[in-house]
Amino acid sequence: MTENDKASSRPTVAERSPSAAITVDHLVKLYKQTRAVDDISFSLPRGSITGLLGGNGAGKTTTIAMIMGLVLPTSGRVQVLGHRMPEESASVLGRMNFESPYVDMPMRLTVRQNLTVFGKLYAVKNLAGRIKELADDLDLTDFIDRANGKLSAGQKTRVALAKALINQPELLLLDEPTASLDPDTADWVRAHLERYRKQNDATILLASHNMLEVERLCDRVIIMKRGRIEDDDTPEAIMARYNRTTLEEVFLDVARGRKEAVR
Amino acid sequence: MTDISLHRGISVHRIGAMILRYWYLLLSSWPRLLELLYWPALQVITWGFLQVYIGQNANFFARAGGTLIGAVILWDILFRGQLGFSISFLEEMWARNIGNLMMSPLKPIEFLLSLMVMSLIRLAIGIIPMTLLALFLFHFNVYALGLPLIAFFCNLIFTSWSVGIFVSGLVLRNGLGAESIVWTLMFAILPLACVYYPVSVLPAWLQTIAWALPPTYVFEGMRALLIERTFRIDLMLDALAINAVLLGASFWAFLALLRSAKKNGSLLSGGE
Repeated sequence: MTENDKASSRPTVAERSPSAAITVDHLVKLYKQTRAVDDISFSLPRGSITGLLGGNGAGKTTTIAMIMGLVLPTSGRVQVLGHRMPEESASVLGRMNFESPYVDMPMRLTVRQNLTVFGKLYAVKNLAGRIKELADDLDLTDFIDRANGKLSAGQKTRVALAKALINQPELLLLDEPTASLDPDTADWVRAHLERYRKQNDATILLASHNMLEVERLCDRVIIMKRGRIEDDDTPEAIMARYNRTTLEEVFLDVARGRKEAVR
Repeated sequence: MTDISLHRGISVHRIGAMILRYWYLLLSSWPRLLELLYWPALQVITWGFLQVYIGQNANFFARAGGTLIGAVILWDILFRGQLGFSISFLEEMWARNIGNLMMSPLKPIEFLLSLMVMSLIRLAIGIIPMTLLALFLFHFNVYALGLPLIAFFCNLIFTSWSVGIFVSGLVLRNGLGAESIVWTLMFAILPLACVYYPVSVLPAWLQTIAWALPPTYVFEGMRALLIERTFRIDLMLDALAINAVLLGASFWAFLALLRSAKKNGSLLSGGE
């Protein structure tokens, strides 16, 4: 048997984890000469919260964008809720959602109008009831009829989160969900995400620079550097491996090229 | 929720959601609403008085009453039809909302269909008052053209959608740095479509290019109707055939540019 034969007979990540929420298999993204994502593979079980960590340009946003189908991989496979992306995206886009600082909600529409439009796009049942429920949960009631452009950063983040939750997604992709928020609002958003995951058994993948956030929320951490996966484990196991007490210290070790204490 | 689906899973609900989104947007800004009326009104008043002046001093134009105002109204259908399509699209780029839409269940064809409906709504808001102004100020009743007007309108709006779809694809692929093409491409068609003069005025080699454009057939057809009192259905059918090819080609180009934008990663940035 040749090496190629061995490689092709080896089960893919998707085959090894058929019930996973997300499987990423030898994913590569090249932008001209730059390898933004360089042969990464992982599988996320349903109901898990995973943090994607890494410095600027580590490939986190590109990875999430490929999972959503907004960016086409150069090679490799992505499977979401049992469907190949982007080929079978029509079967799965209604069951997932995302929030990112790279996209905005239309500024001149009110919060209620924005949620109505997205609710209709996602074919949400009893939309008025769902909007009221989200307004109560995320404390939007006071400004629900105000234009999105007239909200504070914290209010906009809560509205973006409401949009991301409008269809009660089974899979939630979050890119820097608490960026530019004050500590109180950020803590409040994190608490809401934890509650949502527990109540709905949802899978959450979040990219973040906030190590405390990842420590608090995530039961697994994938650390990326220059497009590759540097480490992938529970926060506790990673901290132990680097002989550190916080993920922030681990992050600095990885960013500055210091190896883990024990492998 | 029961979803009303058409061919290949096209959802009327999702198209309706996008139309609702643009309707909210339109109503949220009275200056933008006023702008829809302002330019067509200015056009018809300027060209209407020019027509009156020329008509008083030239026998041919006195005989061919209405060709200038008619041309202005039909040109505005073409130009504002494309702008109505493209501005709704640009609103998504300006609002950095494309990422939200592209990862929602909204399909590209549904997105384009909603933009087509919005171009009709925006056009109606601008053009209907324009035609009434032409009627009251210059006694030119465009509706008196009757059934041919429907043929003219359909051919012009199909061309405007083709151009709108194509330039939207370009902006999607290249970001807002390509925005100027939205405002200027139609003006490249203006001299070749022979809006204000017959095709015979052009040199022979340019006439070949002019006849490749559906609006040329419409403006020739309008002049035949107003001057010779003949409805040239052959011109309309030729225009329709070219429009069918252009619409198919523009949709194909949009999908190719969307795919290229996904390869390039520009859907997330959307900037220049």
